[in-house]
Amino acid sequence: MNNIFKIIYLIIFIITGTIQVNSAEKIDYLKTDWSFKSLFGKFDRASLQRGYQVYKEVCASCHSMKYVSFRNLSEPGGPEFTEEQVKAIAASYEVNDGPNSEGEMFLRPAKLSDKFVMPYENVKAAQAANGGAYPPDMSVLAKARSGGVDYIYSLLLGYEDAPSDVKLDDGVYYNKFMYGNKIKMAEPITDDLIEYGDGTPATKEQMAKDVTTFLMWAAEPHLESRHKMGFKAILYLIILTVLVYFSMKKIWSRIESEV
Amino acid sequence: MSDHEYTPKSKFGKWFNDRLPLLSLASHLTDYPTPKNLNYWWTFGGILTFCLITQIVTGLTLAMHYIAHADMAFESVEHIMRDVNYGWLIRYIHANGASMFFLAVYIHIFRSLFYGSYKSPREIIWILGIIIYLLMMAAAFMGYVLPWGQMSFWGATVITNLFSAIPLVGEGIVNWLWGGYSVDNPTLTRFFTLHYLIPFLILGLVVLHIWALHVPGNNNPVGIDIKKPSKDTVPFHPYIVIKDGFALLMFMIVFAFFVFYTPNILGHADNYIEANPLVTPAHIVPEWYLLPFYAILRSVPDKLLGVIAMLSAILILAALPWLDTSKIRSAVFRPLYKQFYWILVADVLILGYVGAMPAEGLYLLIARVATGYYFIHFLVVLPILGFKEKTMPLPLSITEPVLGGSPMASAVKKKESLN
Repeated sequence: MNNIFKIIYLIIFIITGTIQVNSAEKIDYLKTDWSFKSLFGKFDRASLQRGYQVYKEVCASCHSMKYVSFRNLSEPGGPEFTEEQVKAIAASYEVNDGPNSEGEMFLRPAKLSDKFVMPYENVKAAQAANGGAYPPDMSVLAKARSGGVDYIYSLLLGYEDAPSDVKLDDGVYYNKFMYGNKIKMAEPITDDLIEYGDGTPATKEQMAKDVTTFLMWAAEPHLESRHKMGFKAILYLIILTVLVYFSMKKIWSRIESEV
Repeated sequence: MSDHEYTPKSKFGKWFNDRLPLLSLASHLTDYPTPKNLNYWWTFGGILTFCLITQIVTGLTLAMHYIAHADMAFESVEHIMRDVNYGWLIRYIHANGASMFFLAVYIHIFRSLFYGSYKSPREIIWILGIIIYLLMMAAAFMGYVLPWGQMSFWGATVITNLFSAIPLVGEGIVNWLWGGYSVDNPTLTRFFTLHYLIPFLILGLVVLHIWALHVPGNNNPVGIDIKKPSKDTVPFHPYIVIKDGFALLMFMIVFAFFVFYTPNILGHADNYIEANPLVTPAHIVPEWYLLPFYAILRSVPDKLLGVIAMLSAILILAALPWLDTSKIRSAVFRPLYKQFYWILVADVLILGYVGAMPAEGLYLLIARVATGYYFIHFLVVLPILGFKEKTMPLPLSITEPVLGGSPMASAVKKKESLN
């Protein structure tokens, strides 16, 4: 038995080592408590709904979210808007469809099955409108940056006046959490920029937290069912392991040998 | 082997077995005499079989939904993650399964190194194992390219570019591998094809690996030859089956933890950015399990020599049964080898660490020293050690103490129970 603990220590050692090495760049991100991080973590529904509002009213004017569909907004584990609400949200967008029986393309209101409508036709158009910088698609953004949600949260709150020795070109801003500190996105959120539907005071921190929570959900829409299933799966495995352990002891007791 | 004595009880069974001796094979597998002192380091063979089958099953499922096209691969992976029923589960099992597979294979290889399992008469098992390991690396590398993220694309570019170091024909070979003048759609489709093929090659080699194992039988922690079957052995079923099963379940708990709670921690964040040939990531790093070899590659200033060093680092393992001149298998009875063994383990871990760091300054120096030591271990230390080392007396059998009640006997017993 001693041996198996050695093996487990070794595995833990290698894995933690790997993780340490992977996240070698040590940056002190701003801390906030994420409801979805623990073993039983779930999204804060109200925060997701507010986060969607921030995304829609602020981010979506430049950032696409092309892998998320309107229907996802009403699915369990997400913001869980009612289907009527989502239908109304979708209908407020127009999508290009066709060709119809006359061979013409036409515009129609978006449906639940449509993907989020992109602010620009294509990457080039997005770059042209943003001083050459492409506002990244936000579908998996929370997984596409080392530091993840902590990084995004910090970045949103990391705008500062540039130190005197840093020269900034036109349309370039100083952000202490950006790689190289220079960012082409102007500070996107300020206090009371929007008015929350549920009356929550729209402070900078609140908006940053809400929208980051929303981005995490967008990147990982099945996070809640993953956590739930993980708990069941591991509990099942542990019970089975204990049963198999005692069976093993019993079988090996037939011969004089240690297991 | 005792298969020949097996006769099925039923008439049909006998009729069938005379034509295709499947029942004899099953009987051989269940009765297979296994040393009874195998410790838990020996359970990783079974764990690896589990890993391979898991990868094949999840991989087949993913292939039903994945689209191998440069414009659609990234999107199809997101489709799997979002819209395919339990697609996220299957993909996370497959992605983390690769890491778990390598974790297990490294333990399996280092177990072999410690207990001298590669020595006569098991050289063929060992060499088959090295070929499997090489194929695993190829499969893992190509699999990592398939999601068509930034690390996929640039990893593929860096690794395939290594072939350009070959004099005269290098450039031609690289273009031939790419199917064009850069990593692009033809590269992706061929990598997908090969990624699909290699696991089945591995499966075939695993059958040979196990077949070759069943000829001399398992090595064991004491490393001495044992009579089979005897009171030193137990039948594979139920004794080893249940023990392997127990270890496998422990392994699955670790595996499940990764899949359900930190599925992306072993990957690189950049691979969630779609491949872009115009933007190079700040650091291009391979997956953790390839890092030691990446460090060896970068520690040599010349590209061609670096590639040669990296390949030799793996191929030198195939010559190990002849480089290690000691007749004693288990490190338990080789006090000096045991120390060098742990130095090698540390050396490989250090190589892995510096492989993840930028190749400059102190890291580069450490990488060079560690690379040098790696080769010294196999080319100098092991051959000399076999002649110089004063080994401890071996016991006569697993169960019986050393003849004449040498003081070592109790030590062996203690060591065994520790294991």
